[in-house]
Amino acid sequence: MSSSEGAPESWISSFCSLMGHEFFAEVSEDFIEDDFNLTGLQSQVPMYKEALEMILDVEPEEDEDEDEEEEEEEDEDELLGDEKLPGYRRAGDRRHTRVASDLSVIESSAELLYGLIHQRYITSRPGIQQMLEKYEMQHFGVCPRVYCNGCKVLPVGRSDTPGQETVKLFCPSCQDLYTPPNSRFHSVDGAFFGTTFGCLFFMTFPDLDIGPRLDSSLVSPARSSTVNNQVSPDVPPAHQPVEINGVRTANFCPGLGLGKIYESRIYGFRVSERSRTGPRMKWLRMKPTDVEELNEMARYEAARREADNDGDTEMGAAPAGGAQNSAIAKRKKAPMRRRRYNPDQMSINGAEAG
Amino acid sequence: MMEDFNSETDSDYTSYWRDWFISSRGNEYFCEIDEEYLTDRFNLTGLNTEVPYYQYALDLVTDVFDLDADDDLREQIEKSARHLYGLVHARYIVTTRGLTKMVDKYKKGDFGKCPRVMCEGQPLLPMGQHDIPNMSTVRLYCPKCEDLYNPKSSRHASIDGAYFGASFPSMLFQVYPGLVPEKSTSRYEPRIYGFKVHAAAALARWQDQYREDMKSRLRDAGMEVNSQGCIIGKRGQ
Ligand SMILES: [Zn+2]
Ligand SMILES: [Zn+2]
Repeated sequence: MSSSEGAPESWISSFCSLMGHEFFAEVSEDFIEDDFNLTGLQSQVPMYKEALEMILDVEPEEDEDEDEEEEEEEDEDELLGDEKLPGYRRAGDRRHTRVASDLSVIESSAELLYGLIHQRYITSRPGIQQMLEKYEMQHFGVCPRVYCNGCKVLPVGRSDTPGQETVKLFCPSCQDLYTPPNSRFHSVDGAFFGTTFGCLFFMTFPDLDIGPRLDSSLVSPARSSTVNNQVSPDVPPAHQPVEINGVRTANFCPGLGLGKIYESRIYGFRVSERSRTGPRMKWLRMKPTDVEELNEMARYEAARREADNDGDTEMGAAPAGGAQNSAIAKRKKAPMRRRRYNPDQMSINGAEAG
Repeated sequence: MMEDFNSETDSDYTSYWRDWFISSRGNEYFCEIDEEYLTDRFNLTGLNTEVPYYQYALDLVTDVFDLDADDDLREQIEKSARHLYGLVHARYIVTTRGLTKMVDKYKKGDFGKCPRVMCEGQPLLPMGQHDIPNMSTVRLYCPKCEDLYNPKSSRHASIDGAYFGASFPSMLFQVYPGLVPEKSTSRYEPRIYGFKVHAAAALARWQDQYREDMKSRLRDAGMEVNSQGCIIGKRGQ
């Protein structure tokens, strides 16, 4: 069944060593040979059987009868795919006449099939483990964002359906998505990594250190100097929880928050928010200094107790209004207000400019 | 926009060194500094102490270098010339004429595109996080997400950020407010088997509230604000 000893590389390892395929894990044959793992893929991949055999390096079986209505058979092959196994046997025989076109169809089907299996494999226990090794060896690169300090990224898709979008890189430090810097990845289908893998990975390995790791001598912008884009980070209040919403606090977006946000300045003076060209996107890179602000359940409960009402609030009703909800809203706003600084201090460009 | 064709480098004079410099691989972010800017001593104030072999370096940059130097010295002076060019460059690109040149390069995408998926290929601008040399390398500023990125090519990653300066992008948009791109509130929403991830969703809600707070502040100050939080006018106008 499988390729003989000493034979050249398997299809899988040669596929994974192709230029641009560096992100792929080598799916184990065990995983592919378990039919359960392939459920539903037959209908998504043309020439499924042939593709699967190619992936597993199975030689197509020989068959004698050559002289049948080839044209019709071919059409049926296309239509019926794997359900018509005898058709394929003949196809193997007709290799001399159809070799080029046939093989290239099977080859691209095999790549599609491998990609779809790969999407499932990397969310399985052995697959995610293999991706962890690649991640730790920095096979996927680092976040291009300066304030993420070279945090390692993970390949993900924005869709689970092939043909929609190419592979992207997910950074756990800023929770954002980036285009791979090297154009060789710009033709790799994102669905081969899928939408679930990124988050599942970091939930599976919650203790991975995603904090700063580059030598900070040149990279870190936190050094004092006459011109510095940093705002001094507020010190979080004591007793920060170890975990927030299921994520270790230390690993919760270490690249975001005060001190990790670009501050537009001209000759050292901050450009005012009230300027037409002032900062508009700080929210995107902001996180609360006190992560408890994100513990919505606790805050909701607290507000509920405080509201001292009939206590018939429903979960879904929170934003709808009413006395109780305005109490919640007040509480929600309170920490926001406290956090505000006066953006016009030190500003050379107030409301009138622009 | 002021178009000042006269101050284009004199056509009868070829700027060998500067031509060579800006067309060298890795120097794609630099624009050509005008001859007249370089020869006005006022623009170079303070640089003589910053650059070794200052006068030779300046002579080299302005193509009047005629010292019969040995290879070692020549090499030193060459290095100084590149350093001098960079430091003058930071000053030049915040002048009217320098800004014009950099705007052209920005529009051509000479500085690359934002790697952030949601920014959809927004052109970038080079800048430094410091105005003092040897502090940090060049960064790329995206005016759409207002964040800083490292150049993807290693040949750009070693350029001193001080050759562009910390004020440059802010200055450019101050002078050309029409070039500020439209902002976007779309963000990546991590999902697991189709479900939003709670930690990320809670942060997203908090960030949205942060943006709403900014909009309220601006409205309180009498501004008319669009849904992205950009000022589109003043109330009562
Ligand atoms: Zn990042
Ligand atoms: Zn951007």
